[in-house]
Amino acid sequence: MMSSFLFRAMDTRAGIFLALMAAVIILVPAGNLLVPEGSPFHVPTYAVTLMGKYLTYALLALAVDLVWGYCGILSLGHAAFFALGGYAMGMYLMRQIGTRGVYGDPILPDFMVFLNWKELPWYWYGFDMFWFAALMVVLVPGLLAFVFGWFAFRSRVTGVYLSIITQALTYALLLAFFRNDMGFGGNNGLTDFKDILGFDIQADTTRAGLFAASGLALVLCFLLCRAITRSKLGKVLVAVRDAESRTRFLGYRVEHYKLFVWTLSAMMAGIAGALYVPQVGIINPGEFAPANSIEVVIWVAVGGRGTLVGAVLGAVLVNFAKTWFTAALPDIWLFALGGLFVVVTLFLPKGIVGTLSQGWSALRQRKVSADYEAGSDEPPAPPQSPSAPAKIHPKPAASRLPADAEAQPAE
Amino acid sequence: MARSNSLLYLDGVSVSFDGFKALNELSLTIAPGEMRAIIGPNGAGKTTMMDVITGKTRPDSGEVYFNGTVDLTGEDEASIAELGIGRKFQKPTVFESHTVLDNLELALKAPRGPFATLFHVIAQSEKKRLDYLLDLIRLGPKRGELAANLSHGQKQWLEIGMLLAQDPKLLLVDEPAAGMTDAETAETAELLKDIANDHSVVVVEHDMVFVRSLGVKVTVLHEGSVLAEGSLDHVSADERVVEVYLGR
Repeated sequence: MMSSFLFRAMDTRAGIFLALMAAVIILVPAGNLLVPEGSPFHVPTYAVTLMGKYLTYALLALAVDLVWGYCGILSLGHAAFFALGGYAMGMYLMRQIGTRGVYGDPILPDFMVFLNWKELPWYWYGFDMFWFAALMVVLVPGLLAFVFGWFAFRSRVTGVYLSIITQALTYALLLAFFRNDMGFGGNNGLTDFKDILGFDIQADTTRAGLFAASGLALVLCFLLCRAITRSKLGKVLVAVRDAESRTRFLGYRVEHYKLFVWTLSAMMAGIAGALYVPQVGIINPGEFAPANSIEVVIWVAVGGRGTLVGAVLGAVLVNFAKTWFTAALPDIWLFALGGLFVVVTLFLPKGIVGTLSQGWSALRQRKVSADYEAGSDEPPAPPQSPSAPAKIHPKPAASRLPADAEAQPAE
Repeated sequence: MARSNSLLYLDGVSVSFDGFKALNELSLTIAPGEMRAIIGPNGAGKTTMMDVITGKTRPDSGEVYFNGTVDLTGEDEASIAELGIGRKFQKPTVFESHTVLDNLELALKAPRGPFATLFHVIAQSEKKRLDYLLDLIRLGPKRGELAANLSHGQKQWLEIGMLLAQDPKLLLVDEPAAGMTDAETAETAELLKDIANDHSVVVVEHDMVFVRSLGVKVTVLHEGSVLAEGSLDHVSADERVVEVYLGR
């Protein structure tokens, strides 16, 4: 049962993606660590971190695509789950600082000493252990998503109303995390990390390791998403997206399906956030900003919603453009982003990958019909039996052409 | 007929939307194995009746029982479908971005939970059943085609096929012949008669020729309640029915 479930994830397209990812995961750290600095093939450390960040964004985009592209739930609050995963990891990293902080308190993080707190709040317990923090990285966003989804989907909140309450969710968390009393560092968030699992967080090897971990997480989640979307459950999700009430009348409990992917997607977003924080070195309430969630939706739309490769590609491309623009033409970036969304919506409604694969099948279709036309013009080939020339017309092949579709009534 | 030996039993069902009485003390009984045609002018409450039976709309008052014992007013759409009531909509609603085969597979009677479908592997018996259904609705050559690319009539047939795939005890079929050519309409009537051999069927239809070709008991609805019941000849001889239809 399990093997057939995983087997389903594999085909040529997935193979190409995996081969590409494997090359990236191996070559980028190798180019940083093994190639000497003067060589043109040397990858500078800042580039490793930057690309590692892109990979975590790609994972976040994958999570959004699973709920939006396949189940039609337009989440404008996924950055909340991303940030929660990030905070869980940030809390672990804070506890690792120990006496190396400015105030040198072995237990309390600097900001708590600064606020005159005498002891660690209960919800910071356990975060000195990596396994506990790693568990919270998926459990906290997962639990929040489950509770939120339970109420929203059971009350049949859909479409734009759901999108609005997801924005409200992330905005509410933004305001809450800004407060110093929350115990998460308020405005400044959590920063000044020293090491992770005993490795110096600034070291090139650690950076390369985090990059590889991000790539690996992306690959594993990609395979999981693919196995899901290609299963019967995936077909039900698309059915919900296209005709929700019809799916209900077939006997499917739509809210259970939505809750399943919604919770899973939030957990994936949490993992992305947890890998993001050690690479950028800070997590603050700004990550909850509603605009962040909207930006993720743009990545997915650009790459192609409803295609997993598209989500990854969109996230990497748009963020690469963002890095370039904000350095070269910083004033123009927001206009470029807005323009990009308008252009994609108008001219590439299926995104880059969707348009490409559509164009590919259209091209193949055209080749088939060209072959057919060329074939019908040919005179009956002389070496064949002269008694059957009329039967050479490839009628059965013709019925596969879409142009021929309306010519057949239900007999 | 008593509730205990009926398949579907509606008694005194009323539904109102903002003061408008869509159903007014409607009472209707369908026997096991029966095929029934329901006719009535626009706004007579045909679709609302279907909504009440399938759990989309809750009645303000009245009783709705399935199989004589199951109270349908307390169930939602999914559990009513699981109980064995299938519904075909007026406008054909198939899953357009799925293939014909996938549409049927989704409808096929099987466990409906997320984890059951996540690990589902299509069985040989299911393949056989799908082949049989594709043959029956004459879409065998189009099995790999997206449902969006089907003609209107083919979509209607696909939806009937999906209904059969659910293997329901009772089929509610809303205007199956709408938008079909005469030949297709005749074919559809034959198909429904075939289906009625081993299912109970309720057909809502406007087309009198179609209803006549079914040759079954007819119920006339008007303003949310039953106006007349009997053979088509019997009800069309009824003066009140003529008045409702011709507005005299």
